Amino acid sequence: MKLFKTLAVSAAVALASTSGVANAGTLQDVKARGELNCVVTTGVAGFGAPDDSGRWAGFDVDFCRATAAAVLGSPEKVKFVPTTGKTRFTVLNSGEGDILYRNTTITMSRDVDLKLTFLGVNYYDGQGFMVPKALGVTSAKQLDGASVCIQTGTTTELNLADYFRANNMKYEPVTIETNEEGQTNYTAGRCDVYTTDASGLAATRSTFDHPNAHILLPEIISKEPLGPAVRQGDDEWADVTRWVLNVLIAAEEAGITQANVKQHASKAGSNPDINRIVGTEGDFGSMIGLDKQWAVRAISAVGNYGEIFERNIGVNTSLGLARGLNAQWTKGGILYSPPVR
Amino acid sequence: MTAETSSGNTSLLYRLFFDKELRSVTIQVITMALIIAFFFFIVSNAITNLETIGKGYSFDFLWDASNYDINQTLIEYDSRSPHWKAAVVGILNTLLVAVAGIILSTIVGFLLGVLRLSSNWLINRTVYVYIEYVRNVPVLLHILLVHGIIVNNLPVPKNAMMAFDGTLFLTNRGFYTPKPLFEPAMWAVLIAFVIGIAFTIWFKGYAKKIQDATGKIYPVLWISLGAILLFPIIVFFLAGMPLSWDYPLLQGFNFKGGLVLRPEFVALWIALSLYTAAFIAEIVRAGIQAISHGQTEAAFALGIKPSRTMQLIIIPQALRVIIPPLSSQYLNITKNSSLAIAIGYMDIVATIGGISLNQTGREMECMTIVLGIYLAFSLMISAFMNWYNKRMKLVER
Repeated sequence: MKLFKTLAVSAAVALASTSGVANAGTLQDVKARGELNCVVTTGVAGFGAPDDSGRWAGFDVDFCRATAAAVLGSPEKVKFVPTTGKTRFTVLNSGEGDILYRNTTITMSRDVDLKLTFLGVNYYDGQGFMVPKALGVTSAKQLDGASVCIQTGTTTELNLADYFRANNMKYEPVTIETNEEGQTNYTAGRCDVYTTDASGLAATRSTFDHPNAHILLPEIISKEPLGPAVRQGDDEWADVTRWVLNVLIAAEEAGITQANVKQHASKAGSNPDINRIVGTEGDFGSMIGLDKQWAVRAISAVGNYGEIFERNIGVNTSLGLARGLNAQWTKGGILYSPPVR
Repeated sequence: MTAETSSGNTSLLYRLFFDKELRSVTIQVITMALIIAFFFFIVSNAITNLETIGKGYSFDFLWDASNYDINQTLIEYDSRSPHWKAAVVGILNTLLVAVAGIILSTIVGFLLGVLRLSSNWLINRTVYVYIEYVRNVPVLLHILLVHGIIVNNLPVPKNAMMAFDGTLFLTNRGFYTPKPLFEPAMWAVLIAFVIGIAFTIWFKGYAKKIQDATGKIYPVLWISLGAILLFPIIVFFLAGMPLSWDYPLLQGFNFKGGLVLRPEFVALWIALSLYTAAFIAEIVRAGIQAISHGQTEAAFALGIKPSRTMQLIIIPQALRVIIPPLSSQYLNITKNSSLAIAIGYMDIVATIGGISLNQTGREMECMTIVLGIYLAFSLMISAFMNWYNKRMKLVER
């Protein structure tokens, strides 16, 4: 039955591609359609999941909404396409989605071999381990012989295999298709350890009945720069989406917030950085096929990078993630947007 | 009609569409051409589009290191092994659960089928309720249910349930038993076993010849069992019991050593078997009921013993009805095993069609391999069952 589904998907992909894949002109397509198809996860708390009222919310979701606001004028003109780790690239490449915002690690093979164009990093992450506190483990180096639950379809399996081999330790991989089934296995004690990106672990832990009974081990065993991607070969669309991401980061650095963006935009101020972003100086919007107000719409829809972070996954949310590497470069992090000029 | 067409316009083009016999050929040819054109269109389109985005169709990635580990491997495998080896691991795991499932579902199915016909009201109603329940719930739910029961209800290794004086440990990480370690002298036992089988085959033919000539009946079953089981056991003791055991021991997080049946395998095996057994039970019941009761009465009237009536008259005829639908149940169990991925059993869909696909991004190539393998499995099972079916028919006539 699973096979049949896969077959059906392959057939659908083949059929979808008969419409002569939109390799160029995605911007025009999106404008004509009046809706942005954003490829997201099937549900990771804080990053992208439907809330109690069924409305999509989360860190990645807000970037989708910002893109829709910049291109189409409204953060509501987004159709979310939920995908698993396995189907995300196929969905994007077949033209079913316009942009991928789904906790996706940038790697060379994905960039080159899978024919994607990555737009930048919206979250600097790394793979970590979560264990029950009762186990008494304090370091990943003590995990020799443990059973490890892994969510399949990520770079996770590879890092894990490399880490245990490099440290000359053995383990039993329990490879699970979805996050939910992985959680079930972990909480039932099928595994000693649950591993995925540290942000994902925090998200998973926040949904537990007793989040405090589990700890994240100090070792971060990989670099996982998570970022959005579009299909390769449409530079125009890549430029638009890349600069929506950049401008949200630049806005935080410049001090433009959801609350004061309208005020900044009303008349040119003394800070040229701010003026260029809000469109009171120069015409950067038309360079990417949009109007002068593109960044204003994006920022007033969801706020700047820092606001998106704090609202969805920051220290005051159930995930409780500190900014860490994701702080601005001026605040000790490595978040650094090229200048809008 | 034919007279009319032949007397009227007889040009070939006209006849192709209006002559009754030729028209059917024409329609078939056109339909076939349309189907071929459709598939050609789909395939060429996929290829063109893959080329447009710059992705070729190549199996070279199969020789690259897979870089991931698998927990249940029947052959030697680690993260340095190539992708094709990961595929082989997956194929063997699929085969293992399919074959184990076919065996268990056949046994349980035949048992339930016979019980379903029991004259005891309580027994046949209970089996009836069971069959109806199992058949009408999707198999994926059964798999998740059994897996959930094992993982949630059995203890973690630290508090393992011990049975048979430390030889069997039940945990939610698997069932651990001692593993037999063969010493060189074990060859003698193996040879004895082969001799036993050879003797049995010869003896069966001999007994039949004697029975045909004189009517004397030998207890073939008991003598065969003696040759196949008792003889090797005697050799085993004579050779000084050349067998030692590797006992599972709790070390750190998990048990080390011994044989292990993982919960994913057990859940998939049990769920698929019980599900399919319900269908087989109905097939068996139908097969037995298809044989008229008059045949049994006739056999009894001739003074044939009930056991031989069953063996020589009822079963051969019932099998004729049972085998064809049974084959499709065997195919179903093999194909349904692809649901393994839901609980993390590393079958062919989870290895080459899952992790490898995702790591390399070669979805077309990986899916081609998976398709080809399922097709091959199904055709092999069909071929075997057809052969068996033919054989049963000949015996009957």
